[in-house]
Amino acid sequence: MDFLLSFLKSLPGSFGQGFAWGLMAIGVYITYKILDIADLTVDGSLATGGAVCAICITMGWNPWLAVLTAVLAGMAAGLVTGLLHTACGIPAILAGILTQLALYTVNLRVMAIGDEASATKATLALNPDRNFLLVSSRYVRELSLRNPLVLLAIFVVLIIALLYWFFGTELGSSLRATGANGNMARAQGINTDMTKVLGLVVSNGLVAFSGALLAQYQGSSTVDMGRGAIVIGLAAVIIGEVLLDKVFTNFALKLLSAVIGAIIYYIVISLVLRMGLDPNDLKLLTALVVAIFLAIPNWKGRFFSKPVKRGGAANA
Amino acid sequence: MLDVKDIYKTFNPGTVNEKTALRGVSLHLEDGDFVTVIGGNGAGKSTLLNAIAGTWLVDEGSISIGGVDVTHLPEHKRAKYVGRVFQDPMMGTAATMQIEENLALAARRGRSRTLRRGIAREEREKYRELLKILDLGLEDRLTTKVGLLSGGQRQALTLLMATLQRPDLLLLDEHTAALDPKTAAKVLDATERIVNKDRLTTLMITHNMKDAIVHGNRLIMMYEGQIVLDIAGEAKKKLTVEDLLAKFGQATGSDEADDKLLLG
Repeated sequence: MDFLLSFLKSLPGSFGQGFAWGLMAIGVYITYKILDIADLTVDGSLATGGAVCAICITMGWNPWLAVLTAVLAGMAAGLVTGLLHTACGIPAILAGILTQLALYTVNLRVMAIGDEASATKATLALNPDRNFLLVSSRYVRELSLRNPLVLLAIFVVLIIALLYWFFGTELGSSLRATGANGNMARAQGINTDMTKVLGLVVSNGLVAFSGALLAQYQGSSTVDMGRGAIVIGLAAVIIGEVLLDKVFTNFALKLLSAVIGAIIYYIVISLVLRMGLDPNDLKLLTALVVAIFLAIPNWKGRFFSKPVKRGGAANA
Repeated sequence: MLDVKDIYKTFNPGTVNEKTALRGVSLHLEDGDFVTVIGGNGAGKSTLLNAIAGTWLVDEGSISIGGVDVTHLPEHKRAKYVGRVFQDPMMGTAATMQIEENLALAARRGRSRTLRRGIAREEREKYRELLKILDLGLEDRLTTKVGLLSGGQRQALTLLMATLQRPDLLLLDEHTAALDPKTAAKVLDATERIVNKDRLTTLMITHNMKDAIVHGNRLIMMYEGQIVLDIAGEAKKKLTVEDLLAKFGQATGSDEADDKLLLG
């Protein structure tokens, strides 16, 4: 009974984490599902979003402006990966890893801006008592408008609406065509280098947005906050897909399923932690789960496909 | 309409895989010409089409389409002038997108993509009418994902997409080779109708000598990266497969002019 009660009490927190990471998962959806690129920049750009937002807020900026700046920083990171990939011909995965690594230094330095004592800083604390924050986990169980879930849910709805509109436009369609069949896209006059860069910019902007909200939500920005982010994002996308692919056929709902996937992920995490899992084992568990879910469609095709009846070809 | 002047292309230069695929090819097409291209494997047929489409840039020579020098333009910029159908039915369409979405992408070939709606409402009616021409029952399946269509249906759709915006030049790279004979005939039939209707300047590679003779007003044969035979007008109408084989022997000075070589 106690267990159940404490689990229920943890639910709002899981929803908060799930919403914030859900925005990140939508960013992963854009690159992984639409552009067909596994973009590892996100591990860095998530932390960049957090770092830029946190430093702006501690300098006394309006949090909305701080979030906007963080988004722009994330977009710049996406631009770098995009140019490394297209203009320099580096494979997408490697281009992402390079940017991610470079961002580690950038993030350490960003968080030390204005600090005369040191040139780098690994964490930056935000406090709802001292700083004006858009979202804070402190109020996550409160029945009021400052409950972070309200604003986070609004953000999720707005972003999904915006992306739904965008991917229905001529430009958005050319982005989808690039991921679906680059040959066809180029034959139809689409500059696939440009669309890939655009996709990476939009995706990393979203990831930084998520990082900016997370830093406020959890009350600190750390240089490690993005470690393994791509795997969590993929987990969210895959959980959403496995559970809801058949039900959610509309594009907007597919994006929503990534957010739902993120929420489910955090509910499961809080559950296994409550059941006594060592938090240090979390990343191993997450990696395992994602590996298994990525392997399932492959195994299905290899081991469980119905064999063509003998003589099928001759009778066709 | 098309002016190819003395183009050369060598792949993997300086390696053991070095292959000179085009050795000084020149070709001039008048407006409305429908030229069929034959030749054995490795003769340079597809390479010639890819050179014109801009898949990569040629080493030497120049290419102009409709008076525009495209020699140094990348593939996506040449798409403004060129409609293409590939040999592989999977290559010309986006499988995860709907039929109407594919058509809408093709309708905007050569134009800049803006933030306007990807498909305007009035376009759908137009697409429905155009799909009827294909006679494959696709007009009632506008929102079907292209991945669910058969190879023949996809190839016919690609053909429609390539010609939706009247191209200055239509490139068909053995576009019926991967289809069963019945479907191939149907797609070829649709090709003939569409090309005639819009008087499209067309370059069609085929592995079938009969098709090469029956279709178009001119026939060229390639061998080892060069055009070795060029027959047009009345002379082409009277051609037979035997003639072609004999002429191939004369042109190349070899006696290996058998079906196997030509049909690849």
